Amino acid sequence: MSANMQQDWKHWRLRREDTGLAWLDLDKADASANVLSAEVLAEFAGVLDTLDAAPPKALVIASAKPAGFIAGADIEEFSRLDSVLAARMLVERGWLLFNRLAAVSYPTLALIRGHCMGGGLELALACRHRIVVDEPGTKLALPEVMLGIVPGWGGMLRLPALIGPAAALDLMLTGKSVDAKKAKRLGLADDCVPARVMESAARIVALGGKPVRQLPAKERATRWAMNGPLRRMVADKARAQAARKVSRANYPAPFAIVDIWEKYGGNALDVPAGDPSSLDSIFTSPTARNLVRVFHLQERLKAFGKDSDFAPRHVHVVGAGVMGGDIAAVCALRGMTVTLQDQSVERIAPAIARAAKLFERRHKGDAKQVRFTLDRLIPDPKGEGAARADLIIEAIFENLDVKRSLFAELEARAKPDAVLATNTSSLRLEDIATALKDPARLVGIHFFNPVPMLPLVEVVQGEATDAEVLRRATGFVRRIDKLPLPVQSAPGFLVNAVLGPYMLEALRCVEEGIAPETVDAVLVEFGMPMGPVELVDTVGLDIAVAAGKALAGEGAEPPARLLKLVGEGKLGRKSGEGYYRWRDGKAVKAGDEDERKGGLWRRRKPAPQPTIPAGLAERVLAPLLAATRRCVEQGVVGDADLADAGVIFGTGFAPHTGGPLHYCKTKG
Amino acid sequence: MHKPIYIVDGARTPFLKAKSAPGPFTAADLATAAGSALLMRQPFAPEQLDELILGCASPSADEVNIGRVVALRLGCGNQVPGWTVMRNCASGMQAIDSAIANLQCGRSQLVLAGGVDALSHAPLLFSEKMVRWLAGWYAARSTGDRLAMLRTFRLGHLAPVIGIMKGLTDPIVGQLMGQTAENLAWKFGITREDMDAFAVESHRRVCAGQDAGHYADEIVPLIDRDGQVYAADDGVRRDSSMANLAKLKPFFDKTYGRVTPGNSSQITDGAAWLVLASEEAVERHGLQPLARIVDSQWAGLAPDQMGLGPVHATMPILQRHGLAPNDLDAWELNEAFAAQVIACLRAFEDDDYCRTHFGVDAPGAPEASRLNVDGGAVALGHPVGASGARIVLHLLEVLRRKGGGRGLATICIGGGQGGAMLVETV
Repeated sequence: MSANMQQDWKHWRLRREDTGLAWLDLDKADASANVLSAEVLAEFAGVLDTLDAAPPKALVIASAKPAGFIAGADIEEFSRLDSVLAARMLVERGWLLFNRLAAVSYPTLALIRGHCMGGGLELALACRHRIVVDEPGTKLALPEVMLGIVPGWGGMLRLPALIGPAAALDLMLTGKSVDAKKAKRLGLADDCVPARVMESAARIVALGGKPVRQLPAKERATRWAMNGPLRRMVADKARAQAARKVSRANYPAPFAIVDIWEKYGGNALDVPAGDPSSLDSIFTSPTARNLVRVFHLQERLKAFGKDSDFAPRHVHVVGAGVMGGDIAAVCALRGMTVTLQDQSVERIAPAIARAAKLFERRHKGDAKQVRFTLDRLIPDPKGEGAARADLIIEAIFENLDVKRSLFAELEARAKPDAVLATNTSSLRLEDIATALKDPARLVGIHFFNPVPMLPLVEVVQGEATDAEVLRRATGFVRRIDKLPLPVQSAPGFLVNAVLGPYMLEALRCVEEGIAPETVDAVLVEFGMPMGPVELVDTVGLDIAVAAGKALAGEGAEPPARLLKLVGEGKLGRKSGEGYYRWRDGKAVKAGDEDERKGGLWRRRKPAPQPTIPAGLAERVLAPLLAATRRCVEQGVVGDADLADAGVIFGTGFAPHTGGPLHYCKTKG
Repeated sequence: MHKPIYIVDGARTPFLKAKSAPGPFTAADLATAAGSALLMRQPFAPEQLDELILGCASPSADEVNIGRVVALRLGCGNQVPGWTVMRNCASGMQAIDSAIANLQCGRSQLVLAGGVDALSHAPLLFSEKMVRWLAGWYAARSTGDRLAMLRTFRLGHLAPVIGIMKGLTDPIVGQLMGQTAENLAWKFGITREDMDAFAVESHRRVCAGQDAGHYADEIVPLIDRDGQVYAADDGVRRDSSMANLAKLKPFFDKTYGRVTPGNSSQITDGAAWLVLASEEAVERHGLQPLARIVDSQWAGLAPDQMGLGPVHATMPILQRHGLAPNDLDAWELNEAFAAQVIACLRAFEDDDYCRTHFGVDAPGAPEASRLNVDGGAVALGHPVGASGARIVLHLLEVLRRKGGGRGLATICIGGGQGGAMLVETV
């Protein structure tokens, strides 16, 4: 390699090989991951100037960080944007720079190992070639939509051109990532190679040893048509797909992405001000600001586990019900050895079957990984694992006496430094803890159903809980890649304490004669992931009654219809009927296609639209908002932001509002 | 043996009878499931094992060193060596004996040893003719060559060779294992009724053993990916009777023979493990041994007489320790074939046989009340590699019930060998 020419960049390193190939490494100063800050981009322009002066035979852009390629734009900079003009300038900076990169005379190649997100992928897209390294950490995505914004640095232009608009819109509208193998399959990457040959592959492809892969004729024709004459149709389909999930009023960005691709050649700067897809509209809508807020809240939760290096190798879970079984499965997925205890092997078996399905989904058909993960999940009807575990999680049915005697027994058998945790949601931690010789050992680790899907886990501090135990429990939650929320021991902690009154109010509405469908529809319209009545059905009506009593005291009278349904054995989803009838795991609602299949006459006459009582959403939400406020006042959670974070990640509370308390504040 | 060898614990899978299709678990799945439950209840971590030795007569083509595969799947870590031993039907006993050797010479202190086979996963093989034809086909480059190859193809080339039949045929004398059992029946005048009665009793004893919970402690229940539970040996027949067995036809010597599937061991999938430790390991980890392995012996004999292997392996042990068969509190003599077990008992009582082969008078056969008290492989099945470890494991259970004592586990080996181990509870 020849001597480097100019090295006064803080973040970039350029070296030239004798072959004429230039390697450009991004190594953002004072950061563990690469982000495309204004300074990084400004330097990149300088690098391109240098290369223009003496063009290399080819250029390979890679990362010097072990963490990954490029994590995206600098969200801190983005959060500080205070005017539409500043936002326009930010978009313009990347758009023009990457257009310049795309137009250079020499071949360019992005060598992608690890995460390649947002602006990072847009930079890679502006290169002529992309090589991805076949490792689990390699993920490519344009997740801008999750922050309520659009991939304005060329993503909307280049991704549809490269992989076809159908796949591209799907990625941009959902923000989901693709792994290395899928990137190659989609045509996003020229090749997918093991790390041991990545430099060699980059060299060979960049220097033109390998022709760009040609797609089959049929695929080429389809893409041409979808980018050409069928553009309108594809766009409408994507809009309909987005509309099924979110409304344009709450989430303008996905609809803007479709518009910008369809009508403005992927250039967000071309959209005239005032258009709902314009940068002005997007940046001035509260959604983008609120979603960035949610991102920061998430980062704050993630930071909670940082002061503990507790990395349990063996977790023992007692109770192989849906909750315990799923907790065990999630731990096994994260590489821990897990023993799963219940009274008999027959009770454990359904949990293993469910885990096997989860592992197959998560490992995407990688049979070896599925097998290794199942090997780590050990059925343990005799509870032998308790003596070896670094962490024991109890997830049995809610009975104080049984839990007390279980913990007394576990404490006697567990390693002296093992963390003892209960997943109880309705019993007082203190009442369980006194069964232990050392009550300070007990901590609450409270998961939510379905465990593999819901990111939040409440880490509950009882009166006696030792600070180090709490730290370890929090560290564990991060090790399984969940979001820990420290809460004080109080009825319902945070999430159930706010959900309970909300569901109760919804049931009162039903009691008054409002259709469950109507109640659920207005709250889904508001932005909740599921209506409150359907949620009651999903949780189980018996659980709702029990939880109601635990939260409101034995004296509180649950709604009459709820008691009647429970009396009839109609417990919701699990029994096939509750407030709704359930078919194939879905609630059957009046007005559903399913309902209308009955006959022709029914289809001709659509179900009459019920009149929605004014302020229905506000009425049902009010108890939730009040309960959240109360939790902050009573110190159940540390502050209002944490309460918002907990309610969003624990209940799915409309993220575009920025959380319940933030919503109250903005509503005034 | 100059150093004591301790058996600390053991476990096995249920033995699952091969149905028409491959069973729910591969050999490595079985060994992993039983092994992880066994290791979980030890006071030491899997990484603290010095090695893992697994006997397997027919590992699948992609897991030839199945011992290492299972060691890694058990979470023993990269540094614990794992290897595979093969001595046909005694592969599991060979694993124990190999562990004994390494414990004796001080190379290891703590060993997981056992055996496994999933005979229901035995492959169908291409015939020799088909393999040669395929070689020619792959070598053919031009269209003309290919056409010429196609013309030489015959449908008969596609007839598969059943791997398990190859495995159960003696390569020297060319007889199926069942035919060697017919040899013994002929030699000792064992009738079909003798064999069927033995088989009925084996099923009866296994049922009684299951009902009394004598199998519960050694079996690790399995769960498949669909959530189905396999908690018990499933080859045993509660309705076994002379009348039922009489309906079966001789399988090995068709029409004229006496050995039927009903009075032979079943083709089965299963795994069995023992934790073996030196004195030093027992002290270091605070282990509580169940028994000591006092002696072991291998013997060879004519391949077509292989079923008498237990007699040949046992006699030197009895002689070394000055024991008569009924001085032992319990015997586990693997039931490859009813005829073969009966032949062993007759040989023990046969002065001619004993004088010819061992130069001593017949010592007499063990009493029925000491031999296979909970039944054997005719009812439980014989997952070839696992059986040698299973009989040692179950011997410990029988001795425990008797309040301790000495016992002998012995097994016949295809190819004309026998293996035996003398254990004593501590």
